[in-house]
Amino acid sequence: MSYSDKVLDHYSNPRNVGSLDKSSQDVGTGLVGAPECGDVMKLQIKVNPQTSVIEDAKFKTFGCGSAIASSSLATEWVKGKTVEEALQIKNTEIVKELSLPPVKIHCSVLAEDAIRAAIHDWKKKNNGVAQNVPATTEARQ
Amino acid sequence: MSTDVKTIPQEQHIAPNGIKLPIYMDNHATTPMDPRVLEEMLPYFMEKFGNAASRNHSFGWAAEEGVETARERIAKLVGATTKEIIFTSGATESDNLAIKGVAEMYKEKGNHIITAVTEHKAVLDTCKRLEKYGYRVTYLPVQKDGLVDLDDLKRAMDDKTILVTIMAANNEIGVLQPWTEIGKLCRERGIIFHTDATQAVGKVPVDVNKQNIDVMSISAHKMYGPKGVGALYVRRKNPRVQISPIIDGGGHERGMRSGTLNVPGIVGLGKACAIATEEMPKESCHLAGLRNRLRDKIMGRLDEVYINGTMEHRLPGNLNISFAYVEGESLLMGINDIAVSSGSACTSATLEPSYVLKALGTGDDLAHSSIRFGLGRFNTEAEVDYVADRVVETVQRLRELSPLYEMAKEGVDLKSVKWAAE
Ligand SMILES: Cc1ncc(COP(=O)(O)O)c(C=O)c1O
Ligand code: FES
Repeated sequence: MSYSDKVLDHYSNPRNVGSLDKSSQDVGTGLVGAPECGDVMKLQIKVNPQTSVIEDAKFKTFGCGSAIASSSLATEWVKGKTVEEALQIKNTEIVKELSLPPVKIHCSVLAEDAIRAAIHDWKKKNNGVAQNVPATTEARQ
Repeated sequence: MSTDVKTIPQEQHIAPNGIKLPIYMDNHATTPMDPRVLEEMLPYFMEKFGNAASRNHSFGWAAEEGVETARERIAKLVGATTKEIIFTSGATESDNLAIKGVAEMYKEKGNHIITAVTEHKAVLDTCKRLEKYGYRVTYLPVQKDGLVDLDDLKRAMDDKTILVTIMAANNEIGVLQPWTEIGKLCRERGIIFHTDATQAVGKVPVDVNKQNIDVMSISAHKMYGPKGVGALYVRRKNPRVQISPIIDGGGHERGMRSGTLNVPGIVGLGKACAIATEEMPKESCHLAGLRNRLRDKIMGRLDEVYINGTMEHRLPGNLNISFAYVEGESLLMGINDIAVSSGSACTSATLEPSYVLKALGTGDDLAHSSIRFGLGRFNTEAEVDYVADRVVETVQRLRELSPLYEMAKEGVDLKSVKWAAE
């Protein structure tokens, strides 16, 4: 198996490793995958309740190097975006950025799922509130 | 792909403590050639290039002499006679020839074959094909320690059973099946016993007579010989075993395997066997010592590390362990200056974890976390120490990255979690 320099870089220096307080109202947690399948990703976001901008993101991943790199990249990409913008992130963009080979596409799918799951969790916690927030920051300006 | 792709392992370099990197510790996949083997082979490429089947000139005789010396050396290592050794292209062919050859030859007598679920694919897929031709195959399960239960074997035997094919040593977990006992059970019932001894020959003592082995597969490249050459032992007396050929042609190898012999390869296999005969006792102690050192250094510093398969009946150079909460491929990536292999799905083309580990009842999660260390003749204590350090470091780092490790530390029972992917 060959790895692109970007995968190797994220693997060796993963960004945003760690955990946020999952009981906090502002934090959304996504836990996807299963140990039996060899991959589990936990991705957490901390969302500003006023602007719905993702101010912080953390991850932990059990999986191959490409899965680690995909989730590390995902945390980089969601930071600074609003939740609605973050929902637009596609696994294909991750594949492209990391030059993942076909057998590793599912690792990027998992990262996309993790983003969605984290946002879903945050929205669930803040149901009424979330809907009152304008969809994008641009819309507020 | 573009130039920003690196292949692993990278080019050779020297570690601070003077050991050469990358370190090869995957000796179940293949072994490096012993230089003494190469030296013995070299004349047979150029000066002694003859066809061993050319009976009427000196070129042929020289080649034939090389082949016959090799036959003697192999026979000596396993307690056979020279007429019982058939040369093949390797253990895959030997397994095919043994199983298909016996199945066809004895089809009047019965159509039942017994094997085990942890066999190499060369055996399993051969058996699967025979099922299509109307044979009945029993795939014995293994116990948690990786060994077949002899009572299961006895129960599976019936009056239609013509062949039991159970490996000597497993290529993933290195466990040694109770082959002597299996041989005895087969002999008592007049059933032919074939054993795929690819990983065992040259590593542990074998005696085809004491162990009642009727047919046995051997491969050169697992014992410091060249690739693409192997042998099949076929018993000639007490009882005489016959096999139908699967390759027809010029009638070489007593008609059991046609095709011009790979003389240099065969000479290499012979030399590899001669070295093993001499050095096995010392070498196996040395390897077991290194293996245990590796195990102790790893297990002394990491918790939740599990050995797959029994330690009691095992190849001296094998260690197969699962590092809970860490996925195998990511671990391999972290120790990319060390060549080992993993049972993780992420490293396999099929994205299925090792069927051998699954058969032990190791949970799939632990199969994904497994690493196979295969120590060999040329590994040193300094290498073992380096490998242990790198593995421990990398596992610790990856556990810090693992959501499962975090959950386990928080006291979450991972088995009770409802995983989204299920
Ligand atoms: C147990 C066992 N059987 C058969 C084989 C196939 O051997 P060869 O590579 O010589 O065809 C191997 C090697 O992978 C093996 O480990
Ligand atoms: S997590 Fe298994 S291939 Fe990426």
